[in-house]
Amino acid sequence: MTTRVGIITFPGTLDDRDAATAVALGGAEAVPVWHKDTNLNDVDAVILPGGFSYGDYLRAGALASVSPIMKAVIDKANEGMPVLGICNGFQMLCETGLLPGALTRNKELHFICRPELITITNTKTAWTNFFQPGAELVIPIKNGEGCYQIAPESLPELEDKGLIVARYNNNPNGSVNDIAAISNEAGNVVGIMPHPEHAVDGLVGAGVDGLGFFWSIAGVTV
Amino acid sequence: MVDTVSNAQATPEVNQPWQKLGLKQDEYQRIKDILGRRPTSAELAMYSVMWSEHCSYKSSKVHLRKFGEKTPDNDVLLIGIGENAGVVDIGDNWAVTFKVESHNHPSFIEPYQGAATGVGGIVRDILAMGARPLAVMDSLRFGDPKAPDTARVLNGVVAGIGGYGNSLGLPNIGGETVFHSSYAGNPLVNALCVGAMRHDQILTSGAEEVGDLVLLYGAATGGDGIGGVSVLASEVFDESAQAARPSVQVGDPFMEKLLIEATLEMARAGLIEAIQDLGGAGLSCATSEMASNGSGGMRVQLDRVPLRDESLTPEEILMSESQERMCAIIAPENLDAVLAICDKWDLSATVIGEVTQTDKLEIYWHDELIVDVPPRTVAHEGPVYERPMKRPANQDNLIVNTTTTLPKPTDGVGIKADLVKLLSHANLADKSWITEQYDKYVRGDTVLSAPDDAGMVRIDRKTGKGVAISLDGNGRYCQLDPYLGAQLNLAEAYRNVAMSGAKPIAVTNCLNFGSPEDPEIMWQFAEAVSGLADGALEFGTPVTGGNVSFYNQTGDVAILPTPVIGVLGVLDDVGKRITRAYSSPGSKVYLLGETKPELDGSIWAEVIHNHLGGVPPKLNIDAEKVLARCMRNFAAYGIAEAAHDLADGGLLVALAEMVYDSGIGMRVELPAELMTAEMLFSESTARALVVVPGYGDTGFHKLCTDLNQPVTLIGEIDDESDGLDVAGLFQLGSQGLSAAFQTKLLAN
Repeated sequence: MTTRVGIITFPGTLDDRDAATAVALGGAEAVPVWHKDTNLNDVDAVILPGGFSYGDYLRAGALASVSPIMKAVIDKANEGMPVLGICNGFQMLCETGLLPGALTRNKELHFICRPELITITNTKTAWTNFFQPGAELVIPIKNGEGCYQIAPESLPELEDKGLIVARYNNNPNGSVNDIAAISNEAGNVVGIMPHPEHAVDGLVGAGVDGLGFFWSIAGVTV
Repeated sequence: MVDTVSNAQATPEVNQPWQKLGLKQDEYQRIKDILGRRPTSAELAMYSVMWSEHCSYKSSKVHLRKFGEKTPDNDVLLIGIGENAGVVDIGDNWAVTFKVESHNHPSFIEPYQGAATGVGGIVRDILAMGARPLAVMDSLRFGDPKAPDTARVLNGVVAGIGGYGNSLGLPNIGGETVFHSSYAGNPLVNALCVGAMRHDQILTSGAEEVGDLVLLYGAATGGDGIGGVSVLASEVFDESAQAARPSVQVGDPFMEKLLIEATLEMARAGLIEAIQDLGGAGLSCATSEMASNGSGGMRVQLDRVPLRDESLTPEEILMSESQERMCAIIAPENLDAVLAICDKWDLSATVIGEVTQTDKLEIYWHDELIVDVPPRTVAHEGPVYERPMKRPANQDNLIVNTTTTLPKPTDGVGIKADLVKLLSHANLADKSWITEQYDKYVRGDTVLSAPDDAGMVRIDRKTGKGVAISLDGNGRYCQLDPYLGAQLNLAEAYRNVAMSGAKPIAVTNCLNFGSPEDPEIMWQFAEAVSGLADGALEFGTPVTGGNVSFYNQTGDVAILPTPVIGVLGVLDDVGKRITRAYSSPGSKVYLLGETKPELDGSIWAEVIHNHLGGVPPKLNIDAEKVLARCMRNFAAYGIAEAAHDLADGGLLVALAEMVYDSGIGMRVELPAELMTAEMLFSESTARALVVVPGYGDTGFHKLCTDLNQPVTLIGEIDDESDGLDVAGLFQLGSQGLSAAFQTKLLAN
């Protein structure tokens, strides 16, 4: 049966359409979910797409993290449902506490949109199991607050437990330890700052290296 | 006390601040003649903003008529000049709307908000046609990059365009950034938006049906931007510019994103009878234009307008330019469905009035009549001026001062040195530090974007149909000859679109000039409009709309006359688009078109000699059309892997740009007649570089022969070469290219 991936649209979400396209290209079915919904029905996984939910007012991802649908997302994530937060979605996951740390202003203090080289360092998550360890991918970043920070005492735990999922080859935004993506210990919840959904069709995106994320969740074997 | 209509009748002799509101004595008298009494203060506010230069086009109207008179025979124009934006047919039941608008003056005073609300305004214009906004572009001009104020203006403008467009989820697909000292006190911020819809989804602004409701939705009305239109856009800047800050509007892109989604949801459900965005002149403009464009009668209860600031007077509410508001005409039976959609998107929506049987616009404030006017006299029958025009006294001196006597390099070392100077100059250097601050990926349909010659978005995912757009201006050419200059701008935008393989079909414009009260500026304007109208006729591409920005001057010094021209083209399958970068070693490099020694008005003359004089390059519209047709065929047959037009800086600059973008070397061997500085930096028109892979070579030559396209083989892509290697002249390695293109521009 085809994997059903819920794509949540908050007011101000922008990359929901692109996430749905990528999910379909990866072989799964994209299911639209509205932020005012209170349950996820029968989806098998969830993507929190990029954008500026609630205008990023207060803090990026802060208001979305307490919206009606997020309670369901948190409950399901704790039960093991795969959740991928991309960019603004990563910020939401940090705000909910599903992932540790926070995203702060880029070190150059302005928005950056360009393809970046990243290296996959954890292939055991629900979203990266189609990659080889050490795989180098071109994935675009587009954010103003992508600088990952975590309390110094918590960083070793992240490193030691292998929870860093991807690192930038040429750190564009000042993220600590070049971190581009992290996961929880169970490996079902992943937050990533670059946009794999914009690297699934070379005609309109930055190559096709992002497809592996969506193959991973589709998990199709024939 | 509120100044009611009956009060105005009873107190004819009251002194009114018409002068402060920007009206002239005879204009004030005309209002009194129309009404048969003095206007109420609310009416005076409405007339003053609607009769301002910005809203009424009173100085430009007599000239802009030429666009209508000279519209070429065409089968693409669905809606022309007059609505919120023009609409063209691109086939398969798709309609596309695109438009450019200036936000020059606000962007100087408060660069971030000025530029941000410029984007917001043009996006709402596109939305008001019923279209889904798809992408934005911008044409920017600033003072000398080393001038002290340039960094403030540029950084603010770029952050504002990015901050608004990125938050809105619209990709930025290109544009231009140009520096010249004449823009120091008057930066140009011209924003373009393109959108698409099905033919039966086109909306217009006329309120026709008696009994329909007037719905105001989106942001609440505040005190921002009050009088912005008349104060900011219609008076020459002086030292008091700082005091104008409160007149600049403040944008909220999050609200605009909700507005887009809610409006499209209502529109696609067929719930909107007519619609208009609230931009310049706010409610004054929306109510009078919707009534005037429709059956003519409307009653509005102004006290129902939701306010951010309860202390606002009725006059201020009418003039407020608070952003992110729309006004829709709704049939009463659809009101519940419309309100439900607004509620879904958490938008406030209020019925503020209805369409009436009278031919009057009547506005009430707590049951008292404060406006009672024929709407056409506010919206469409404002003053029209035939301003005096005079060919500038120094125009002849400018023309005879050619580049003939300027010293030119005669050997490879000298030519390379000039080339490096050009590439390092702000106008040609790499602008990715600007364009990387804009999201170009969102929506997943961006096929081409900066630094490609044109931006391109896919419209139909099933068929692959898409549109290409280029925005181009050239103040140098227009200073030397505004008629020819405007046509050369049009030719360049047309050529840029053609480079992508798309077929150019329609034109829009944003005409940036100094004060219309100066006869020499008015002459420049009239010449440019004539040139553009004649050019569009000959190209066969109708002008679908446009925007005029006057008073771009500080004291007596005006900007270079700068019409910015946008051309839209169609490509049936965007998968066949041609990029500026190449990738295949062994591919041949061809120069299409003919080169003549034409350096007058060139960027070479400006950068190397700080010289502006002579006669701009010759225009050859037939040759441009042939070149564009060749490009369409190359795309259709898939036999060109890259192409780049020749414009600023000519052949060597175009070669350097291609090599730099592609990151693979190129070996060039030029015919002897091209080996002089005059030819290498010449800006002759109707030329392009095309890179052809081996399998395409035969077809390429057949097409060029069949279409009578002059073509010269000049080189080959060669991964053994480092950078650009021009035999017999110089080699400019990849490091040298990067160093030149990436020169730091701003002083701080």
